[in-house]
Amino acid sequence: MNLYVLLKMVPDTVEELNVAADGKSLDAEFLRFKLSDPDEYALEQALLLKEQHGGSVTVVALDAPEVDDVLFTALAKGADRAVKIPIAQAGLGTVAAARVLADFLGSAPFAPDTLVLPGSQAIDDLEGELAPFLAAALKLPYVGVVCGVTPANGRVTVIKEFAGGLRAEFDVTLPAVLGIQSAEKPPRYVPVAKVRAVMKSAQIETVDLPPPARPGQLEIERTYKPEAAGRAEMLEGSPDEVADKLVDVLAKISVI
Amino acid sequence: MANPILVLAEQLRGGLADITFEMLGAGRALAGAAGAPLYAVLLGREAAPLAPKLGRADKVFVADHPQLDLAPAGAIAAALKSVMDQVGAGLVLVGCTNVSSGIGSLLAAKTGLPLVNFCRGAKAEGGALVFTSQLFGGKILSDVKLADGRGIACIYPGAFPADAGKSEATPPVEKVDVPVEPPAVVFKKYLEPEAGDVDITKQSILVGVGRGIQTRDNVQLAEDLALALGGAVCASRPVIDQGWLPLSRQVGKSGMSVRPRVYLALGISGAPEHWEGMQNSRCIIAVNTDPKAPIFDGSHYGAVCDVLELLPVLTDKIKARKG
Repeated sequence: MNLYVLLKMVPDTVEELNVAADGKSLDAEFLRFKLSDPDEYALEQALLLKEQHGGSVTVVALDAPEVDDVLFTALAKGADRAVKIPIAQAGLGTVAAARVLADFLGSAPFAPDTLVLPGSQAIDDLEGELAPFLAAALKLPYVGVVCGVTPANGRVTVIKEFAGGLRAEFDVTLPAVLGIQSAEKPPRYVPVAKVRAVMKSAQIETVDLPPPARPGQLEIERTYKPEAAGRAEMLEGSPDEVADKLVDVLAKISVI
Repeated sequence: MANPILVLAEQLRGGLADITFEMLGAGRALAGAAGAPLYAVLLGREAAPLAPKLGRADKVFVADHPQLDLAPAGAIAAALKSVMDQVGAGLVLVGCTNVSSGIGSLLAAKTGLPLVNFCRGAKAEGGALVFTSQLFGGKILSDVKLADGRGIACIYPGAFPADAGKSEATPPVEKVDVPVEPPAVVFKKYLEPEAGDVDITKQSILVGVGRGIQTRDNVQLAEDLALALGGAVCASRPVIDQGWLPLSRQVGKSGMSVRPRVYLALGISGAPEHWEGMQNSRCIIAVNTDPKAPIFDGSHYGAVCDVLELLPVLTDKIKARKG
């Protein structure tokens, strides 16, 4: 199969996020970036498909802090080709990002067994998710919230999540765009030493494309942190002291 | 009169999802402020009989084509675009749910209208509309203005009260014809939820674990606590995706919605996808090392603490208290 995985960097929400002086964007100074979680699974799903059914995996990313490390890691995990488009992802927005990525992916006709696999969504998808915009731009079928992909007879059977643990199977014509939520296995681990070795032996291809005419279409009035309206009554102290207080709380609400 | 507001009624297996009524309530308020009519759209043969339940809308448009039952997002977006064009709609509300995933974005791509995702708030300001979007796992909010009131908003479940979208009134129903193309994505079958050993929706005490539990082995610490409390262990998505607990224990958007007497959220940051599934718990107790974790904003009690240090001590103290 001809597999494309689109990798997007997002701020690590474990770190504190602050609003920039413009009151509209995030303060970039102390942001630490990581690969968007669903994209980790998209990569894993692609690698599993390659192992089981053959083919090649191309990972594609726009320019963002620490993205080279992520691309090399993908190569170390088993991706065959890594492509970086040197257009900054920051401030681009989903619509413009989809246009750039569609320019790259659509530059040549697709092989009939092509799957384009973005993550199902990202935590900063203010303008919408990448996968459907990409599917629209490439005029390909789309399914989102996908947690399983099985090829059969030139098509794929995909599993989509609904709610309450309910899932459903869909039959999808190829080529197609699938928004991946999770894979059949957790993302594989790759030792740092292997990534370092790949950094020495492999190359990230750079593909120049014209920047989109209209980045970030939405008119953001204000960006802010939520007011902690119903903030919890905080129990202070060491783990031992917190445990004592929690036991009292549980007794108070008659749980013990 | 301003352009009509459309709500895409969301249904699954012959029932309307709560999000439908939540959007009708939100849409009613916006329509009132803008002086616009509010219309609901029902797509599919299975959906058509549900029209009388949408009395909060001024009218319900029904396209009862069988190919729109469990249709892919692309077919739904094409049908919705056709209804938009037929009624001259300016704003469309779509659920930010797994069922409706991608419909809003595909409609935005088809119409060229702006889309505001992850909406938790909405208000009218003159002819403009301002939507509040919840970003970065609930840590940041952005107010986004649609200056001419035209666009698509994806509405988070639980953000607006469902009661405001319910009415005993019988709405006028109008059939519409929409284009239906042979689909490239075809529904095959449902995969029913695994029964699992424990039904977490029926438990009165739940010990929920998230990323903070760190390893598969540490899940046992939560099991010990649940045993001491007479409850069960459940988890947020990262723990399930790692395979540390079965799917039947997942709480949140794709998993179960629970409302126990007490929900202990241990090492769970409180991303909107998880919050959606446990927000109606009677008492929420959150423990997390990150003092800024959004989980604390909606919990009743909280502690900034490493769950791995807390768990064994807490279990011992509970056992001692129970005697």
